[in-house]
Amino acid sequence: MERVAARGMLGGAWIVASREIRDQLRDWRILAPIGLLTLFFPLLMNFTASTAVDFVNRYGAPIVADRLIPFLLMVVGFFPISISLVIALESFAGERERLSLEPLLATPLSDGELYLGKMLASLAAPLGAAYLGIGVYLAGLVLRLNWSPPPVLLIQVFLLTTAQAVVMVAGAVVISSLTTSVRAANLLASFIIIPVAQLIIGESLIMFWGRYSVLWWIVLGLGLMAVLLVRSGLQLFDREELLGREMDVLDFRWAWRTFRLSFLDEATSVSGWYAGLFRRTLPRLRTVLFLLAVALAGAYLVGVSFASDWPMPAAMLEFENVGSTLRANFEAFGIMSGAGWWWVLIHNVQAVLLASLLGGFTFGIVAVVLIMAPVGIVGYFAGNLAAAGEPVLRYLAALVLPHALLEIPAALLAGAAILRLGLVAVSPAGGRTLGSAWLTALAEWARVMVGLVIPLLAVAAAIEVFATPRLAVLILSGG
Amino acid sequence: MGVAMIEAEGLGKNFDGFLAVDDVTLEVNAGEVVALLGPNGAGKTTTVRMLASLLRPTRGRARVAGFDVEASPTQVRQRLGLLTEHHGLYTRMRATEYLVFFGRAYGLSPATLRRRCEAWMETFGLAQDAARRLGEYSKGMRQKLALVRALLHEPPVLLLDEPTSAMDPASAHQVRQSIRLLRSEQRAILICTHNLMEAEALADRIAIIRAGRLAAVGTVDELKRTFLGEPLMEIRLAQAVDGAAGLLPPHAVAIASGPNWLRYRTGDPESVNPQVLLAFAGAGLRVVTLSPVERSLEEVYLKAVGAPAEISP
Repeated sequence: MERVAARGMLGGAWIVASREIRDQLRDWRILAPIGLLTLFFPLLMNFTASTAVDFVNRYGAPIVADRLIPFLLMVVGFFPISISLVIALESFAGERERLSLEPLLATPLSDGELYLGKMLASLAAPLGAAYLGIGVYLAGLVLRLNWSPPPVLLIQVFLLTTAQAVVMVAGAVVISSLTTSVRAANLLASFIIIPVAQLIIGESLIMFWGRYSVLWWIVLGLGLMAVLLVRSGLQLFDREELLGREMDVLDFRWAWRTFRLSFLDEATSVSGWYAGLFRRTLPRLRTVLFLLAVALAGAYLVGVSFASDWPMPAAMLEFENVGSTLRANFEAFGIMSGAGWWWVLIHNVQAVLLASLLGGFTFGIVAVVLIMAPVGIVGYFAGNLAAAGEPVLRYLAALVLPHALLEIPAALLAGAAILRLGLVAVSPAGGRTLGSAWLTALAEWARVMVGLVIPLLAVAAAIEVFATPRLAVLILSGG
Repeated sequence: MGVAMIEAEGLGKNFDGFLAVDDVTLEVNAGEVVALLGPNGAGKTTTVRMLASLLRPTRGRARVAGFDVEASPTQVRQRLGLLTEHHGLYTRMRATEYLVFFGRAYGLSPATLRRRCEAWMETFGLAQDAARRLGEYSKGMRQKLALVRALLHEPPVLLLDEPTSAMDPASAHQVRQSIRLLRSEQRAILICTHNLMEAEALADRIAIIRAGRLAAVGTVDELKRTFLGEPLMEIRLAQAVDGAAGLLPPHAVAIASGPNWLRYRTGDPESVNPQVLLAFAGAGLRVVTLSPVERSLEEVYLKAVGAPAEISP
C-alpha cells in the first residue's frame, strides 16, 4: 500500500515535471547556457587541466596537477546545476506572475505532487547537463592526459553535485512558493547563493588539501539539509498562501503585535509570566531538551575519543605547580573582578546570540553544533587527562563544574529554544503562516532567553569569576 | 428541483482583518445555472476560490458535490471544473499538449482524453488549431481553450468566471449554447460575470454580492419584484382620455398617465389585466396595446449594489 502511495505521488509529480521539462527544452534562454556549460566549459576545463599539468610538471610540482584535476571535475559538475537555481526560483513565482497558477492549483494534484513536480522539473535538465559535462570532461582527460579518477572520487563528485543541486532547488522552490514575484524570489536567493558559495570554497580547500574523506561528511550534511529542506517545502506549501497573498509587504505593526502577544503570554505580572514560562513554554521544550542533553553527552564522549586519536603534547599536561600557576594567572589578568564578571557574561550571551542567529538560517543545526563544541572540548581535555593518568574528576570539579552546573542548563535551554526556532519551517505550523509561526517561536525563544538563560548565565559568570578560581586554586594546590 | 451540488452556509473569508466574504449562503442545484454578480472586489472570486478548495473559509462551511471543501479538497477538485478569471495558458505548449497535461492531472486515461479533447475542440471550433502553440491563439481562442480545460474531466459542478469576457459575439453565443447544453446534462453551474444580459439570458437564478455579503438571490422576476416593485403595465389607447385611472380595478394602482396612456402596478397581472381590458372596453375606449414595461436586470443590480443609476452631468 505504501509503495502504491509512493508511486502515486511520484506519478503525479512526474505529470507536473514532464510538462515543465518539455517547456524548458523549448526555451533557448535555458538551453543555450546549459549547452554551453555542458559542452564548451568541460572542454575548456580539459584545456586548463592539461596546460596546468604541463606547466607544473615542468617545475617539479605534480601534486598541484593531482589536486587541480579532481577540483575541476567538481567545478564542471557544479556550473550547470547553478542554472537549476534560476529555474527553481521561477517555478511558482513565475507561474503566479503569468497567471497560470490557479488552474494548476485547481487540479486534484496534491501539494506534495506539485512541490515535488516543480523540484524534479528544476533538477532534471541542469543535473543531466552536469552529468554530461562531467562525462565530457572525463572523456577529455582520458584522451588527452590518460587520467581517470579513482571510482570513490567519482562517486563523491556525483553525490556532491546531486546533493548540492537538491539542496539549492529545494530551498529555491520553498522561496518561490513563499514570494509573490520572481524579482522577490531572486532577491531572497542570496540566502541560498551565499551559503552555497561558502560551501564550494570549503570543498575547494578540502580538494586542494587532498582530504577527500571529508567530502563524505559534506555529502552527509548536504543530504540531511536536502531532507530538511524538502520536508520544509512540503510543510510550507500552501495553495492559499500561493493564491491569497497579493504583495510581499512587511507589516511591522502586525509582527510586533504577534511577537508581543506570544512573549507576554497573557501574563499581567512578572510572577504570572514566570508561571507561564514554567507551565507552558518549558513543557513544550521537554523533548528537544532531552535530545540536546543526549547530544551534549555524545559531544563529551566524542571529545574523549578524539583524545586518543590526537593526544595533546605531553608538555601541555604538566600539572606539578598548577595551583600556583593558576593563582598567578588569575591575578595577572585581573579576572576576579566585576569587570571580569561582565566580560564573561557578555562573552557567553554573545555566543548564545550568535548561535541563535546561525541556527535561524540552518534549522538550528549550527546552533546545536556550537553548543556541543565546548562540551566536546571539555571531553577532549578530560580524555587527555585520563590518558596522562591525572584524576579527571578532580580537575573537572576544580575548573569546570562549579559554573557548569548553571551554564550547561542555560546552554541546553538556549539550544532547545533555538532548535525550535530553526525547525519552525520544517514542523507543522498548525494552519498558520510561516511568518506567524516564526514570530511565535521567536517570542518563545525570547521568553526562555530573558526569563532563564540570561539570569542563569549571569549567576554562572559570577561563580566562574569569583568562586571557580578560588576553588581551582584550593583543589589543585592540594589544599 | 435537482440535488444541491453547491451548498454554502454562512461562508466567510477574512484576510488578516479584511473581510472579503461575509456570511454567504447559497445553493446551486444540479441542472441549474446561477449567476453571481457584483462589483469588482465584492468577493466573487474569493467565494469561487473557497468553493474550489483553493482558499480556506474562515467561517461557515461549503460542500461541493457532497464533499466538504475543507475536509475533502481533492474530492472537491476532482468534481469541479474551474474557469479562472485569467486563463493563464502555457504559451509554449500546443493546444493538445496543454489539454493532455490537465487531463493527466485529472487522472483521465489516454483514450478518454483523446476522445474528449477531439470532441470539445470540435464543439468550440478549435479542432483546426489543435496543433498550434497557445502563444499564437487569439484572446477568444484562449478563453475557449480554458473552458475546454475546465470541461475535460466532465465535472458535475462548474465554476465559470467571466466565461465569455474576451469573445466575439459569435464565439460568446457558441459558449452560451454550450452552457445551456451543460445545464441540460444536469450539471450545476455558477457563473461570475459582469455581463448582465448574459446573466439574464443564461441564469435560472441570480445572486448579487456586495462588499462580501449577498445582497440578493432569486430568479430575475423575483429580484425585479423585490427591488423594482410589482410589475408595471402600460395601456395605450386610441384616443386621449381624461380620468382613465378611475377605470382601474382595485388591485391595480395607477402610477403615471398621459393623454392616451396609463401606467399601473399590479401584483397579479394575469387576473388584473383582463379586468382592465374589460373595464376599458365597457367604457367604450379602444385599447391599442397592453404590455409590461420592460425593467432591466441592470436596474435591479444597481439598486442591489447601491450604485447611482445615473451619472449627473
